[in-house]
Amino acid sequence: MEGNGSPVGRSEEEVLDAIEERRRRPRRKILDEQITLSHGAGGKSSHDLIEALFLRELRNPLLEPLTDSAVIKDGAGRLAFTTDSFVVRPLFFPGGDIGELAVNGTVNDLAMAGARPIALSAGFIVEEGLPVADLDRIVCSMARAAEAADVQVATGDTKVVERGKADGLYINTSGIGAIEHKLPLGPDAVQAGDRVIVSGPIGDHGMAIMIARGDLALEVELESDTAPLSELVADLLAATDGVRCLRDPTRGGLATVLAELALSAQLGITIDEASLPIHPEVNGACEILGIDPLYVANEGKLVAIVAPEAEDDALAALRSHRLGSGAVTVAEIRPDPPGLVLLETSFGGSRVVDMLAGDPLPRIC
Amino acid sequence: MTSGATVNGGMRFVDEYRSGDLAKSLAEQIGGLVEPGRHYKFMEVCGGHTHSIYKHGVEDLLPDEIELVHGPGCPVCVIPMGRQDDAISIAERPEVIFTTFGDMMRVPASHGSLLDAKARGADVRMVYSPLDALKIARDNPDREVAFFAIGFETTTPSTALTLKRAQAEGIRNFSLFCNHVTIIPAIRAILDSPDLRLDGFVGPGHVSTVIGLRPYHFIARDYGKPVVVSGFEPLDVLQGVYMILQQLRDSRSEVENQYSRVVRDEGNPLALRVIAETMKLRTTFEWRGLGFISQSALKLREEFADWDAEVRYEIPGVRVADPKACQCGEVLKGVIKPWECKVFGTACTPDHPIGTCMVSSEGACAAYYNYGRHAGRRRRESAPT
Repeated sequence: MEGNGSPVGRSEEEVLDAIEERRRRPRRKILDEQITLSHGAGGKSSHDLIEALFLRELRNPLLEPLTDSAVIKDGAGRLAFTTDSFVVRPLFFPGGDIGELAVNGTVNDLAMAGARPIALSAGFIVEEGLPVADLDRIVCSMARAAEAADVQVATGDTKVVERGKADGLYINTSGIGAIEHKLPLGPDAVQAGDRVIVSGPIGDHGMAIMIARGDLALEVELESDTAPLSELVADLLAATDGVRCLRDPTRGGLATVLAELALSAQLGITIDEASLPIHPEVNGACEILGIDPLYVANEGKLVAIVAPEAEDDALAALRSHRLGSGAVTVAEIRPDPPGLVLLETSFGGSRVVDMLAGDPLPRIC
Repeated sequence: MTSGATVNGGMRFVDEYRSGDLAKSLAEQIGGLVEPGRHYKFMEVCGGHTHSIYKHGVEDLLPDEIELVHGPGCPVCVIPMGRQDDAISIAERPEVIFTTFGDMMRVPASHGSLLDAKARGADVRMVYSPLDALKIARDNPDREVAFFAIGFETTTPSTALTLKRAQAEGIRNFSLFCNHVTIIPAIRAILDSPDLRLDGFVGPGHVSTVIGLRPYHFIARDYGKPVVVSGFEPLDVLQGVYMILQQLRDSRSEVENQYSRVVRDEGNPLALRVIAETMKLRTTFEWRGLGFISQSALKLREEFADWDAEVRYEIPGVRVADPKACQCGEVLKGVIKPWECKVFGTACTPDHPIGTCMVSSEGACAAYYNYGRHAGRRRRESAPT
């Protein structure tokens, strides 16, 4: 390349190598002086916070894999254990509400360990002034969601805080589930050649929430995809032994889940852009807002990494279930480049897909 | 949503401009126009182009002889540190709700970003349009709402319209911190810079919907460089490059319009009128990296002083030098590539940016980093076979 040469004597390839090294290596300390919203966006800053603070101080073999659920050996069997907090605004949105989300979110974290959910806990932090009718509606919706997922809410807690100290209602749910299969699901089981399947169109939940906030003045009919995935997972695991790893692409979207997976498996992932399932409404809204649907949250979709010979059976099993009817293969695991996700664009180019930096903020012109 | 909706993101008026087959054939035609051994440097002026080029991997389709140089047309990138400090000083006033486009929230100023100010207690809210900010003012009559107005001629008309609406409705608890800039003086500064030899310009599409084609004629006439105003889809950019090459082959230097589905030669007279009614040129304005450029930015007219945040609030207004290590200026001028900056990818990353070019998704550094190419692939491609 012509130009002024490099002021620091690094060639472009050396700089790219250095960046790739950086992408692969989590930060060892937090550079920020205070917590900002970026730390909660599910991308790089969240990752740094977990690695550089929570994992540093709380490290143990159960926590360390940082998967959706911890897997606890219990005598001859295995239990999955997980927790999640829900702070969504607005509390009610097209396709669901915070209560349904709180049940499904934890059920799905258990399902990603291949576990059958047994029991949930529910902790409510309620702001003074919340209409009882709203809380009633939310708890009814939790009950319906628990019934649909065949799980009991076995214990709970309620705290009320002064007006202005919480945005209406926050809910935390934890859950335990029984692992009844023998597979060692997880990033360690993933191998080069494996296929990456998503169970349906991506980005519905995140865009539905953005639209429901009403700040965008966009008129799009979009519903959250919130749904319990345990039955879908059970069907999938019954159909094939070739499942290597399951993830639910919530906050940070498909891109973040795949970037994390590439990092922990130390394998490459190549996404075929043309194969990505995205509803036109979601794609259109993302296009207008300058947001990449790869980074938009899902609440009723799973990512399954399966052995190449299991691909057809896995797709057939997913597609025969209502919640997996849109399942397609979107990517392949490759030996190279270790720890990185690449995307082959429909246009004929290629690029790196990294974890999200900051919030998925829109471009402004 | 209907479950029968077509999936795979089919989007009319968008997919047509992302077709891989068309791209391949256009790339072949481009290859046919390139003189072997000649090195071509084209500047894409607008950050929207830069973003699209990286996002879709347009450079992968171009022959090695063609180098795309990223220009200054990224609204977030050109705001100097001092103005960001001023914005934060307004945001930190207890009576103020400070509204801003999302990208500006992460731009580092002397003491952290607006996001940091928000974490310290400032009421900073992200909006998608100045009209949203006006709505917040309407809904919060006991607070003062300020809007951080930035951008080139693309976004200026919506700010101007908001101002007129605030006046018409008599909304007094609303003000604008005006940082609107104009693209032509920046292009002229780059043409006059001795650091850079360019062979042509991929002209800004959306700015041109407002200003039309006439303002670019001096580039073709006085500097002898082809200008092709182009759209933002990857095929638009490729076609823009193709049209520049045709001009060079024919030894022409003209202003051409690739983006005729959106841009009219005369621009948008209505938008220009509303800008002229509400704003006027500043004598001079500081651009990040480019320094002070005369008559390159807009401020509110005196009739709108009641809505002018610079009149309403005492702001520091201090010129602050960029961090020493930061080379955003050279990147914005196209003098260096993002990766040639000393701190690129080491001290300066999208999650902890030092300069503006690493913040905005239209910034060359952020685009290069986030949508970066894979080093191994490049090596394999360039290795002799």
